[in-house]
Formats: sequence, C-alpha cells, structure tokens
Amino acid sequence: MLPEALLIARKDLKIEMRSKVALGQVAPLALLILVIFAFALDANSMLLKLGAGGLFWISALYGGTMLVQRSFDLESEDGNFDALRMSNIDPSAIFLGKTLALFVQIGILELVIGPAILILYETQVSDWLLLLLAAVAGTLAFAVCGVLWGVMASGLRVRTTLLPLLLVPVLSPVLLAGSRAFETALGVRAGDGWTWTGLMFVIASLHTAVGLGAFGFLLEEG
Amino acid sequence: MSIVVDFRDVVAVAGSFPVLTGVDVRIDAGELVLLSGANGAGKTSLLRACAGLQPVSAGSAEVLGYDLRVDRRAPRRYIGLLGHENCLYRDLRVREHIEFRASVAGLKMSDASDSLARVGLDDRLWSAPVAALSAGQRRKLAIASIIVSRPRLWLLDEPHAALDSEGRLTMNSIMEEVASLGATVVFASHDKELSEQLASRVITMSNGRLTEDSGAS
Amino acid sequence: MTSAKGRSVKMTATPFTRALGFLALAAVAVMALLGLVVSPPDVVQGEAVRMLYLHVPAIWIAYGSFAVTSVSSLLFLRRGKRREDKGRHYDRLGGAAAEVGVLFTGVTLITGMLWGKVTWGTYWQWDARLTTTVLLFVTYLGYLALRRLPADPVVRGRRAAIMALISFINVPIVHYSVDWWRTLHQKASLSVGRRPEITGEMYWTLLYSAVAVTFVAVWLVTHRYRVIRLEEIRDEEMLTALISQRVSQDLPPVSDGDFDE
Repeated sequence: MLPEALLIARKDLKIEMRSKVALGQVAPLALLILVIFAFALDANSMLLKLGAGGLFWISALYGGTMLVQRSFDLESEDGNFDALRMSNIDPSAIFLGKTLALFVQIGILELVIGPAILILYETQVSDWLLLLLAAVAGTLAFAVCGVLWGVMASGLRVRTTLLPLLLVPVLSPVLLAGSRAFETALGVRAGDGWTWTGLMFVIASLHTAVGLGAFGFLLEEG
Repeated sequence: MSIVVDFRDVVAVAGSFPVLTGVDVRIDAGELVLLSGANGAGKTSLLRACAGLQPVSAGSAEVLGYDLRVDRRAPRRYIGLLGHENCLYRDLRVREHIEFRASVAGLKMSDASDSLARVGLDDRLWSAPVAALSAGQRRKLAIASIIVSRPRLWLLDEPHAALDSEGRLTMNSIMEEVASLGATVVFASHDKELSEQLASRVITMSNGRLTEDSGAS
Repeated sequence: MTSAKGRSVKMTATPFTRALGFLALAAVAVMALLGLVVSPPDVVQGEAVRMLYLHVPAIWIAYGSFAVTSVSSLLFLRRGKRREDKGRHYDRLGGAAAEVGVLFTGVTLITGMLWGKVTWGTYWQWDARLTTTVLLFVTYLGYLALRRLPADPVVRGRRAAIMALISFINVPIVHYSVDWWRTLHQKASLSVGRRPEITGEMYWTLLYSAVAVTFVAVWLVTHRYRVIRLEEIRDEEMLTALISQRVSQDLPPVSDGDFDE
C-alpha cells in the first residue's frame, strides 16, 4: 500500500512543481491576508503580536482550503477520477498519497507565511521545538480532514461553496488548538502548548482512521 | 469460449434518468464488437456499466465472471476504459504521465515507451507538457495509457474521435491486434466505414436497449 | 414542517400522529402556563429563568436527535452492499432527526442569547457551551446541505451517513477543546455563566417541559420522515414512468452520459 501511496503523492507534487499553484498563487494570497489583518487591527503591534498564532492559522486555513480544492480539481478535470477508480490502486493508498501531497503543499505554504508572521508582527520564537511540532500536527490534521471532505465534495457541482462549509467546522478545534500552541511557542501565553499539540495529533489520527475505512466508498460515489 | 460480458435485462439509472432500459447481451472472449446507435441511445452508459462505473439497478450483470451487483470494483483491474474524456493530467509532461500510468499498473518505463511508440506519438513530444498537445495527440496518449495497463477487456468510447486518418488506422490495427491475442474489445463509433469492416459483430442500440445484434447467439 | 400535507393525495398524518399532535399542542399549552404563570421567578435571575424551560429541553432534544441520526447512519451503513433498497428507513430517520435537531439547536441558541441578554447583559459570551452549540449548529447545517444535493438516493444516503458519523466523532472533540479553552484560561468568566440551582416547582416545570418538547419533536420527526418517504415514492413513480416511456420510445434521447450527479 505504501509504494502506491507514494506514487500518488509524487504525481500530485510533480503537478504542483510544474504548475506552481501553491507557491505562485495561494502563498502570495495568504501573505496578503497577513497584511490585511494589520489593516483590520489598525496595525496595533501589541494586538498583532498577541494574535500572531491565531492569524497564522486563519491564513493557513484560507490558503489550505484552496489547496484542498485544487488537489481534487486535478482529479475531476478530464475524467481523471475515472482513471483512479479503474486503476488497481487500493483506495486507502490513494487517501494516504493525497494526504501526504497535501501535507507537503500546506507545509510549503506555512513556510512562507511563518517567517512573514515573525517579520511583520514582530514576534519572537521562544520554543522552536513546540512551534515545529505544533505546525506538523496542525498541518497533518488539516491535510487528513481536507482529503476526507475534499473527496466527498469533489463530484458535486456546488463543491467550491460546499467544501468550506463542511471543512471549517471540522477544522475549528484544530484552529483553536493550533492558535493556543503557537501562542505558547511564541511566548505570549504560558504553559499548555504541548497538550494542544497532542490534541491535534489525536484529531489527525482519528480522521486518518475514518479515512482509511471510508475512502473507498467516498471515491466510488462521492 | 468464456463469456466476458453477460448482461440480462439490465436497467441502469443516472441521476433520475433511465439510461439503460433492459439490456440483454453476452459477449465472448476475443470478440471485437461495435456499438452503434444515435446520440443518447445508451452506448456510453453500457460501456460504463461494463466497467462498473455506472451502477446497475435491476437485472443481472456479470463481467469477467464477477457479479457487478455484488462488487463493481473487482473486475476493473482487467478492464481498460477510454471514455469521452482522456483522463490526462494536463500539467504533467507526456513521459511523466505515461510513467505514472505504467507504474500504477505495476509496469516499467520501457513498457510505457513501447506503448507511446505503438500509438504513433513522436518521441520529440515526450517531454512536452500534456497541455501543449493537440486534441488528436491527447487521444493517442490516452490510448497509450490504456495499452500500458494490459487489459483483458477494452471498452472504447469513440476511439476514433479527434484522430486523423492515419491515427484511425493505427487505432484499428491496435484493436485487431489485441483481439487476435485473445482480449475482448467493445467500442462505440459513429465512423461506420472504418468500424464495420473491423468489427466481428455489430450491436445497435436505441433508447437504452439493444435493437439489433448481428452476432446474437 | 408538513408542507406536503393537504396538497398531496397521500397524507403524512395518521390517527396516531393526529392524536400525538393534539397531545403535543395541549402539553405545550400547559407548559406555557406552568412556565410563565405557575412557577415562581428565580431568586437570582428573576423572570429570565422562564427562558430555561424551553432552552434546556431544546438542547436535550437537539443532542437526542443527533444521537438518533448517528445511530441510524451506522445502521444504514451496516446493512451491506447487496440489497440496495433495504434499510432506507434508517436514512430517512437520520435525515428527519437531523432536521429537527438543527431546528432545536437554533431554538437553543436564540433562547440562550435572549437569556444571556437579560442575565449577563449581553447576547453573546464566549461561553464554552454557546460556542460548542454554534459549531454544532453549523456542522449539521452542512450535513443537511449535503443531503439536499440531488443524487441517487442510496449514494446520497451513504454519503450523508458517513458525514453524520464523522460529525458524531467531532462533537466531543469540539466540545472538549472549546470547554478546555474557556475554562483553562478565564476561570473568572465561569461564575458569570453559572446556571441557577433549580429545585421544587421550577424543577418539576423543567422536567414537564422536557416531556412536552419531546412530544413536539417526535411529532415533527414522524411527519418529516413521512414527507421524505413521499418524496421518494414520487421520484420512484417518475422513474418507472420514464422507463416505460423510454421503452415505448416516445421520450427524446438526452445526451449520453451527461450526469455528473
């Protein structure tokens, strides 16, 4: 199953490498959102510094949702879903492969907006390890849920509007946990960042279990 | 001879429209069957039902010995389907695309190169992005993608569409070749001249059913 | 709620549901009497406490409905592949219960905000329960949106059932993370949201209200279930008519394979 998953992930990443949608279109938009937050909060550097963790995840949520959309538009385009269905690949492998590719792409997006947060909002990292692990946990949960809901919405005419409606409520605990963990890592909140990070890993693994079980059906008739 | 497709009184519904309204057909291994009929007669739906993509809602449907009403996925690994759409990733290069399809089917790049050569895609095009290909070249790449999966049952929906006359002849020779090697080919085409001389059996459809069958047994 | 009633030849009402409907109506009337007139105002909250006689049962019913949706989704998915037409009543029940659940979640939110305005002096507090409830509300609105999309009924049923189960897993995650968020850092806000001690007449009124609201909910679910069934019958009849029409060839062919749904 794993080699097949890697095959799917490599295909998706190669497409991203060729088309540069994540890096060329989504990342600049996510950056722009960071700037817009400063407009909304009247460039109040105290507020921005305190809210940096949450603003990071909102910006990642916005860009990431677009990447989920893109990841499944690739497959609905030109009937590629049919080719995946007709292929001999285990649906669980497709699930893992697409999750991995999405994880990498959202990760790249975060590598762009992360430093921007440090520069634009004048934040300092007080716990690099926590920051890194919280980012990994949140991105993992994001990617898993994204693939799960992405495939569910993918065949539908209303997918562009339905996907965020389905995805955001599910991701709201991740947003909450990610924001709190980042605040600890950025030194504006005491304590419990590790527990929030743990919660995100729990969310990611629960949805992975669901995905491994249900993806076959969702791919077939989603 | 073993029966590859065995449909009895098959009804299929897409959305809320009955696309197949009682199809009775048996196709043996090695047959080269032409599906003909007007637009909307149910040719595409029949091909998709054989591939297990269109659910069957009544009747009995077996493909390659698998009961589609129990498991629509089981026979798919032995089936190659060419639909209206080419199933191509437009951002990949030609070589990358065929490599992906080949490795999905568990084959190596050498097989992929052979299939590209077989459909007559010039090797100067192999490093071009799929998006840069013409409609006919994309069709050829789609056909090559099916060749690399080595199917036992070929389901081809308008394989001649978008191809030039040379490409159509190549397509015909591919179909003849795989049928002579024991695979079964079912194809829909509006190009009567090219198709009727090729096919060993002609099935005509209308309103979601068979109306004529030259090789009914 | 029962829009098909009266217009359709087939009715969603039976003698049993009529009786249940009258019972629910009477029960609600008594509930109003008890809640608004008979029971005393609270020592701390004053008249605002009366809101709770609707607010608290509504959230109980909402959670109960979503539990019904989850269980029937599970049963729907468990019924296997072969008999595609079997077990669809689970799908109908899940859908009907979710609709009623969303309705009562809405009632909870509105009464909660009104209660908050009177008690806290503000419509909205970032109280753990309110926040969780609003997320629950949106989650199941999404579920209903997914159900409304046109698709093959069995396909739609399975898709909706999977979503219901994922949502069910998410309810405790959302609940505990939000709860944790609000309790860990702002202990002070807890006392603001303290629910009153309910005893005596108030206790009995609340319990009675729960029974009355349950009657209403059961009545609504029954009717919604039947409306969904009627819609299915209508679709099936249309399909049968289409097939026979197509067999007798007086239906113009549509473009082949043009259904992505």
